[in-house]
Amino acid sequence: MFKFDHAKIETNATLLMVLSLIVVSIGGLVEIAPLFYLQNTIEKVEGVRPYSPLELMGRNIYIREGCYLCHSQMIRPFRDEVERYGHYSLAAESMYDHPFQWGSKRTGPDLARVGGRYSDDWHVQHLINPQSVVPESVMPKYSFLMNAEIRVDDIEKHLKANRTVGVPYTDEMIKNAKTDLLAQADPDSDGAEDVTARYPKAQVSNFDGDPKKLTEMDALVAYLQMLGTLVDFKSYRAKDNLR
Amino acid sequence: MMVEKVSRLNPFLRLGTRRVICEEGTPMATTLSSIGIFAVAGILALLGAAKAHDSLFAAHAWIAVIACLIAIFVITRRSGHSDHGAAEEEKYMDGVVRYGAIATMFWGVVGFTAGLVIALQLAFPVLNLDLPFTSFGRLRPLHTSAVVFAFGGNALLCTSFYVVQRTCQARLALGNAAWFVFWGYQLFIVLAATGYVLGITQSREYAEPEWYVDLWLTLVWVVYLLVFLGTLFKRKEPHIYVANWFYLAFIVTIAMLHIVNNLAVPVSFMGSKSYSLFSGVQDALTQWWYGHNAVGFFLTAGFLGMMYYFMPKQAERPVYSYRLSIIHFWSLIFMYIWAGPHHLHYTALPDWAQTLGMVFSIMLWMPSWGGMINGLMTLSGAWDKMRTDPIIRMMVLAVAFYGMSTFEGPMMSIKAVNSLSHYTDWTIGHVHSGALGWVGMISFGAIYFMVPRLWGREQLYSLRLINWHFWLATLGIVVYAAAMWVSGIMQGLMWREYDAQGFLVYSFAESVAAMHPFYVIRAFGGGLYLAGALIMAWNIYCTIKGRKRDEAPMGAPVIAAA
Repeated sequence: MFKFDHAKIETNATLLMVLSLIVVSIGGLVEIAPLFYLQNTIEKVEGVRPYSPLELMGRNIYIREGCYLCHSQMIRPFRDEVERYGHYSLAAESMYDHPFQWGSKRTGPDLARVGGRYSDDWHVQHLINPQSVVPESVMPKYSFLMNAEIRVDDIEKHLKANRTVGVPYTDEMIKNAKTDLLAQADPDSDGAEDVTARYPKAQVSNFDGDPKKLTEMDALVAYLQMLGTLVDFKSYRAKDNLR
Repeated sequence: MMVEKVSRLNPFLRLGTRRVICEEGTPMATTLSSIGIFAVAGILALLGAAKAHDSLFAAHAWIAVIACLIAIFVITRRSGHSDHGAAEEEKYMDGVVRYGAIATMFWGVVGFTAGLVIALQLAFPVLNLDLPFTSFGRLRPLHTSAVVFAFGGNALLCTSFYVVQRTCQARLALGNAAWFVFWGYQLFIVLAATGYVLGITQSREYAEPEWYVDLWLTLVWVVYLLVFLGTLFKRKEPHIYVANWFYLAFIVTIAMLHIVNNLAVPVSFMGSKSYSLFSGVQDALTQWWYGHNAVGFFLTAGFLGMMYYFMPKQAERPVYSYRLSIIHFWSLIFMYIWAGPHHLHYTALPDWAQTLGMVFSIMLWMPSWGGMINGLMTLSGAWDKMRTDPIIRMMVLAVAFYGMSTFEGPMMSIKAVNSLSHYTDWTIGHVHSGALGWVGMISFGAIYFMVPRLWGREQLYSLRLINWHFWLATLGIVVYAAAMWVSGIMQGLMWREYDAQGFLVYSFAESVAAMHPFYVIRAFGGGLYLAGALIMAWNIYCTIKGRKRDEAPMGAPVIAAA
């Protein structure tokens, strides 16, 4: 009978390395690879769309400042979470998120559905000085966002990079990226209506209250105000997605 | 002789070689070619700075330029009296290990200090200083990377180089490549750290550096693998010692995880921003497949390698069971990889993946404890050393914390438990009992073991100071973990508490306010741990200087009462 002898492996460095690599590859292949082809991984939902240019810039600020380190964007299907934050999160809602922002810690509350809960003014005030509206808060102040202007000239490149990784930005969206970026924070502009046409439910508003400048505050608030608003849960039926 | 000929022929080369007196041609040629490589790299970096798409990328390009200039300066200065050439006769290449030991100590203090700062920020938000560069969101990755990759990574680099040479009875392979690995890795750390403070991040926990820094690390890591593997090939012992299995598995697996998890498309090849290749649910599992195995392979497998060499050495006892080490090695590396989904319980990740992750996480308890048992039982017959040898005490505590964390982990991966613990400070406490208790203590033990041997000192400056370090660190960990258990469980319970009428009892803000005392206590625990590390740094410094502290010996027999 075949007798296994570990000495064969431990006297051959190449064999040891190759076997190790095979052994550590299996788990990832079995768990991750099917997520790309199993159809029921991502629900079929109406309303999820790519981020508007201003929202995308706001999202990049959210990432840059490490907001995900204290705020999750993933509501679990528990009674208390659904009551506190809203309908539990669907995989489809983050299907255009490169990278995902589900988070792993709630030093602050979940933000998956923070959109539309507070006014723009509240968000601006809160970001400038969190303790002024929530005295218990331990959040840092982000007043510097008011003075930091958004870079406009390379927005097309951002959309194109997203398209390369699979976000369905159309040629039209990319062509108009710059005007959309500016128009979303300027309700009086000609392009304002085009933004909502291209990006349904996008909020057009002078978010930070300063119409002269397009600031990082504008972008971040625009992003926060759209979070969790795309799917209409009055008409969403989870059972339809049992496949 | 050959050198002079070369420099006569080429006046450009003479500049850097004037003071060089070399025995043979080869080291000189290497010196020249490495200067050439750094010059080309420096010019490329300069071009990168000039053509940068954004100011952040330019800042990093300038750091690369400075690194190249320093490299060229150092190489020219040292080429005359370098140990590279002369050391060729030496049995082991220990210069790089000495640098690694100092780097481990340095980054340890930096990382612990950063941890203390952000712990205090959570207790007293005014300490965010209202500046973008010092806010919690930017300093937290600085802390985690400094501790995991700078402190832990340097500990792994230097101990693996130390162990592989001694267990193979061979000098490190590929000449000065080990130096490239060391300095390349330090450059990675500097780029990562400055990036966080400036606001360059991919937002992937423990994989925050952007695409170009990832590429750099990939290069460094491949060379690391080649050096390690090359040394194994050169070994004079027929069998590869068990510590090296763990080091090898750690190096190979980290390469795989790093490459897959960091796949991204940059906005500009001269810019600092990229978008990850995967999105949403697939991205989440890829990240936590990486994230959990940064723990499993970086912070566990590699450090088990450390345990398997330094514990038997310090205890002067053989490893308890050869058979157990085989079983627990293969089962550990097989099962760890599956455990990632337990970071995503009850999320939008499909249930089948969550359950699979939970099952493997629970099973992982056994191979983990296999390692713990093998470590602890190595001391059988030598338990009395616990009384007299504070280094052994430190190692035993490390393995005890390893056992504790690898029980707590599987428990927290059970979905019902996780529904309470996830998103709370409990997770933070769990990580720290593993990181401070296991990773920190075993590294301290290894450094205390290596330093006198590396610098040719008879003994450490002081054993009593190690004892102080031991108790400060132990107390610090206990205070830290206890504070986080209480705050984490309390947080989880407050979030889900209903009153008799069916209303949620607490607002989120109330749960934040309730955390304050525990955040203060936690910071105190972290402060104790940092104080211990500072004592260690002093002890190591004095040992390197060759001093001996005048003190009563440890564990001196107490005169028994009649």
